[in-house]
Amino acid sequence: MNINRFARNKQQPGVDTGRRNFLKVAATGSAGFTLGISLSAGAQAQAQATTASGAVNALEYNAFVSITPENVVRIYIKHLEMGQGVYTGLATCVAEELDADWQQIVCEHAPVDTAKYANLLMGQQGTGGSTAMANSFMQLRRAGAAAKAMLVSAAAQRWQVPIDEIRVNEGVVSHGSHRATFGELAVEASRQTPPATDALVLKTPAQFRLIGSENTLRKDTGKQDGTAIYTQDVQVPGMLTAVVAHAPRFGARVRSFDASAALARRGVRQVFEIDTGIAVVADDYWSATKGRELLQIEWDESSAETRSSDTLLQQYRNLVETEGAIAEQHGNAVDTLASANDKVELVFEFPYLAHAQMEPVNCVARISGNSAELWYGCQSATGDQAAIAQLLGTRPQDVKIHTVFAGGGFGRRANPKADYVLEAVNIARQLPDTPVKLVWSREDDMQGGFYRPAYAHKLSAALDDQGKPLAFQARIAGQSIMAGTSMAAMMVNNGIDNTSVEGLTEFSYEVPERQVELHTTDVGVPVQWWRSVGHTHTAFSKEVFINALARKAGMDPVAYRLSLLTHNPRETAVLKLAAEKAGWGSRELPAGWGRGVAVHTSFGSTVAEIAEVSVQGNNFKVERVVAAIDCGIAVNPSIIRAQVEGAIAYGLSAALQDELTLSEGVVDQSNFHNYQVLRMNAMPVVETHILASTNAPSGVGEPGTPPIAAAVANALADATGNTLTRLPLRLS
Amino acid sequence: MPYTLSINGQQHELDVDGDMPLLWAVRDHLHFTGTKFGCGMAQCGACTLHIDGVATRSCVLPVADAVGKAITTIEGLGSPAAQAVQSAWVELQVPQCGYCQSGQVMSATALLEQNDTPTDADIDAAMSGNICRCGTYPRIKAGIKMAASQIRNAGGAA
Ligand code: FES
Ligand code: FES
Repeated sequence: MNINRFARNKQQPGVDTGRRNFLKVAATGSAGFTLGISLSAGAQAQAQATTASGAVNALEYNAFVSITPENVVRIYIKHLEMGQGVYTGLATCVAEELDADWQQIVCEHAPVDTAKYANLLMGQQGTGGSTAMANSFMQLRRAGAAAKAMLVSAAAQRWQVPIDEIRVNEGVVSHGSHRATFGELAVEASRQTPPATDALVLKTPAQFRLIGSENTLRKDTGKQDGTAIYTQDVQVPGMLTAVVAHAPRFGARVRSFDASAALARRGVRQVFEIDTGIAVVADDYWSATKGRELLQIEWDESSAETRSSDTLLQQYRNLVETEGAIAEQHGNAVDTLASANDKVELVFEFPYLAHAQMEPVNCVARISGNSAELWYGCQSATGDQAAIAQLLGTRPQDVKIHTVFAGGGFGRRANPKADYVLEAVNIARQLPDTPVKLVWSREDDMQGGFYRPAYAHKLSAALDDQGKPLAFQARIAGQSIMAGTSMAAMMVNNGIDNTSVEGLTEFSYEVPERQVELHTTDVGVPVQWWRSVGHTHTAFSKEVFINALARKAGMDPVAYRLSLLTHNPRETAVLKLAAEKAGWGSRELPAGWGRGVAVHTSFGSTVAEIAEVSVQGNNFKVERVVAAIDCGIAVNPSIIRAQVEGAIAYGLSAALQDELTLSEGVVDQSNFHNYQVLRMNAMPVVETHILASTNAPSGVGEPGTPPIAAAVANALADATGNTLTRLPLRLS
Repeated sequence: MPYTLSINGQQHELDVDGDMPLLWAVRDHLHFTGTKFGCGMAQCGACTLHIDGVATRSCVLPVADAVGKAITTIEGLGSPAAQAVQSAWVELQVPQCGYCQSGQVMSATALLEQNDTPTDADIDAAMSGNICRCGTYPRIKAGIKMAASQIRNAGGAA
């Protein structure tokens, strides 16, 4: 999900003078937020009575850290671990200030408790917008420092020595000949008064031992041996499995159905209608699926979306020739363009995209009386909990959610309508006290909607006699992601959904006059954010367009960009680092190869990517990508590189082949045979370079995705002379 | 009807339809949940397990056809090649979400049990049936190479 707008508007937790900024963010970002690390004695006692884990004997120092007498430091992770490395990254922040031994750290997902675990940039508990580290960095360091202060104070009491003479190193507290592990001090430490937030002394970056280290092994363990548990693996005694027959067209409803053959099928327990289709509940997934195949369903398609994606895109191409709602305006770009001697115009097109995360969406739910218990990879904790409570007519605190690892997300699991979660609840409430696992097949997942919307853009520039832009205009046509969601009030202003235009607004290149316009279309295909949201399309058109201007001016694409970024030291530095590491202008390419560059800032971070492609006839291969990122302090460089590699792979998949189409409202693709995604044989060599920084950490999960498609298109332009403006990229 | 399956060296009897894919028999009936479901049509490799040592997509293999074969799931991996793969996976921090990784480990292990000096092309050929949406491909490749050299140094995969 995208909360980039707030992140930009509000100061992020700083590194040195953190407290003031931190409190400011906390106060503005959330209603009723409590600082998780400065619980009063009473609150602390309560925390001990009801530990986050429900474990007995765990001594909770604050909402995030508990240390057991067995010398285990347990860290409660308020964000969903879906591969982006939050277990490791957030644990690093705690362990750094706690001076724990990395080996003694274990992580678990925090329960849903908005008061304790809100995302400080969102004001509610949830993961998205690449904010996990940005909003947690100071909070979790303080949590670690607070726990350490209590351990030290317990040791001082036990040994009767001054506090400031006590050392803490790798999980051992010592003074002279005295030594104690955290576990040995745990009980006494829990009786100490928690320190006030402003009494905490945090390390300076020069004192970091874990932050920035290459050797912190990941804490989301069990993924190499099959023991990690995902929703798909949750076992609850007495659990049944459900699948749902959804309508073939979005917006259709069940008119009538005949379940007799399905009910006669071995293993099928119940078949009933819910608001999203017909649910088949069975002993196992296979039986449920076979039962579903036997259903006879008549659909009422009177309010269904029946247009084809081709028709929609034709409409969008027409729309961008007309004036749209103004999203941003500087000067009078329209008049300058109208009177320009030299002008460039390009029209871009983007298809719908499925997330196609490896684990199709799924959810385990049990409804008993007024309360609900769920197990799944919960990404929008506060929102999902509220939606479930509303559906059941109960209170949020009666909805207990156990968060497990998610098999990828890329945006799909943070559904503002809690779509698949409510579907699971709607099924489970028909079988009181029985746990039900809702499983979507790959086909259900791919055809179930909530796609990255299709868009058309038209970009125009008026040029001076050096080929530099005097005026720039962007027109965008497509669906709004935020419209109709609970976030519309925040994200849609005067009819402009910021996520439709972000990346083209706040244009990074220096152009005196600029105008961005939007046509928001009304289409019955459900849409949603997809890794990097609006930047998935705006970075492509912006960077292909600027590259086309450079080529027209006969200038080197890096030099041309740098000449328009003199006011933007950050993009300048990142672009220069990528160019240097890629051997831009120095490394000779084999015949038939091309090289392309793109740079883009999103989620608080800047990424430049340089792609090298080899071209043979109408085929091409991306051979090598060199990326540079400025994401502030690099808490875990290995994870940052992994995220950039993964973000490039994800974006490259869309650049090369992902495309979801509809024929008269029916999704044409159903599985990986006809929705082709990137496989190992198409993966380039990726090199990632991290810019050294002392700024607060910013986003890492998404910012690597936006530049890649443009870098590849620009490399193809270099190799072939043709500027490609449609994704996925095709040479013929 | 009842079928007897040999999984990880043990006999398991289960009463399911013969056309049930082995994937669902091991997951839903025998609770070996390390083997994952990703596509159900032999496209993604998440469900890869070993049948008589060969990497096989269990989502399209009927239970009836698995009778009498030696089935190994990720829970039963133990060969030196498997251990080398798994320790390389941890050391290089290969998994991201991890959902595809059981299948990746099974495919990589099967490759290295046959070939302890795989080229990039060998790795691409053996691994391109395993999708990873998190894009861990560069680290998978590096992990296979690391495991291969460890196997060679230790004197072979067997
Ligand atoms: S689930 Fe078997 S190959 Fe995808
Ligand atoms: S690690 Fe997530 S799909 Fe491979």
